[in-house]
Amino acid sequence: MDRMSDEKSGAVGWEPRIAAFFCNWCTYTAADLAGVSRLKYEPNIRVIRLMCSGRVDPQFIVEAFARGADGVLIGGCHPGDCHYVEGNYKTLRRFEMLKRMLSDLGIEEPRLRLEWISASEGEKVRTVVNDMVARLRQLGPLDLPGRFKAWDQEMADLAHEIQQQEAAAAATAQPEVTHAS
Amino acid sequence: MPAKPKIGFYWCASCGGCEEAVVDFAEDILGVVEAVDIVFWPCAMDFKKADVEAMPDQSILATLVNGAIRSSEQEEMAHLLRRKSQYLIAYGACAHLGGIPGLANQFSREHLLRFVFEEAPSVVNPNKVRPALDAEVKGHHLTLPELRHVVRTLDQVVAVDFYIPGCPPTPKITQAALKALLGGNLPPRGTVLAPDIALCEQCPRKATKPADLSFAEFRRTHVTHSDPEECFLAQGIVCMGPATRGGCEAACTCGNMPCTGCFGPTSRVRDQGAKILSSLCANLAPKQGKEIAEVLAGIPDPVGTFYRYGLPKSLLRRRVDLPAGNGNGKES
Repeated sequence: MDRMSDEKSGAVGWEPRIAAFFCNWCTYTAADLAGVSRLKYEPNIRVIRLMCSGRVDPQFIVEAFARGADGVLIGGCHPGDCHYVEGNYKTLRRFEMLKRMLSDLGIEEPRLRLEWISASEGEKVRTVVNDMVARLRQLGPLDLPGRFKAWDQEMADLAHEIQQQEAAAAATAQPEVTHAS
Repeated sequence: MPAKPKIGFYWCASCGGCEEAVVDFAEDILGVVEAVDIVFWPCAMDFKKADVEAMPDQSILATLVNGAIRSSEQEEMAHLLRRKSQYLIAYGACAHLGGIPGLANQFSREHLLRFVFEEAPSVVNPNKVRPALDAEVKGHHLTLPELRHVVRTLDQVVAVDFYIPGCPPTPKITQAALKALLGGNLPPRGTVLAPDIALCEQCPRKATKPADLSFAEFRRTHVTHSDPEECFLAQGIVCMGPATRGGCEAACTCGNMPCTGCFGPTSRVRDQGAKILSSLCANLAPKQGKEIAEVLAGIPDPVGTFYRYGLPKSLLRRRVDLPAGNGNGKES
């Protein structure tokens, strides 16, 4: 892997991390086929197998980003082929809205991707993953955990000051005078 | 006679509605005053910060703080009240989830200041004067608190023991919370003091909620004559009820307005906006990308609709590409 190209994004040694939600019946089987066929593709995806792409709660996607994923890939059966008849349509509709909402919240569109990959399309797994990794390399790290930390930095000075004052007050405090007995 | 337990109220970035909710106790407030000593309530009584500083630590039984935290002053007060109180309670949607002020987390601080002090239609400010953190005026050194880049919930600044939700909380759940507090009859720390069920469970329109929803369009309330008895979702009107905690006794839907989500999610939901998005959008009628987009265009502002009260407490907290601050009024 050419690590030099990462320096452009300012993060030496950074590699895109993709959380991939694949449905059991089509895309996961396709990924399996890609493996059995010894197709080589970028090692940047972490595959999570679900029974159906319709099981992908938008909370999973948002949480993946919040915990440090640079991209999220959802793979399901082609329209009309869902093992549960309707699941992939539900995913498509949620995806359309989520895409818009995430872009309103500053997450670039290529970071969330939905692909229909049938069980026989091992080659498509390779193409999609390689293409997504290339796009994420161009975008650079999302690094939300790092950004959350940077946002809260603005509270650090005041919190530190208060801590010191409290420590100083505790050190000079007189024992409390009580009138009991 | 033993001393009465001490109670405090404080407000941060809020509209005053939560204070109003306490006043809405009406004559029941007399019962509260009989049972407790109110030792701090800047909105209604003359107290100063120094009065609180002079109190021994932990001497207040409970302080109810409303409002989001978005200035250095509010942070300082949150720390002070935390130290002086046995229980610190986030009172109302803003302290609990960020609330309406939390929608500012879609914009940079510079954007907000520029609009408010320069571009708002009602502002005349040709010299583009803005408040300064430090200023010398006639030999006096004046300081102002810093506006933070990020709007925060109370529990993102200090530890919080309980939450009383709502915009504003109803007198009923507030009184129930005070009763539990005074009776020492409290649930585990971190609990939201309201029923842990979806609003639909309390909604009188529940019987008309279809088992299979299918939206062919979304209709907006200001251009729709809505039926006063049928489930809003069945009418194609966005209602946050399925993703929102009950406890308000369906005040809005009883007033023929859909739920906007102020009580926040139930304990099983981590991100209220993502959850309602999931529920609403999965149930559209169309199956093709273009037609789906047309129906979804009926929700022009998903962030403002799904995270109306909860953006700071959501998983993303804020528009992610905005600058951060270093606490000295500078961007880092």
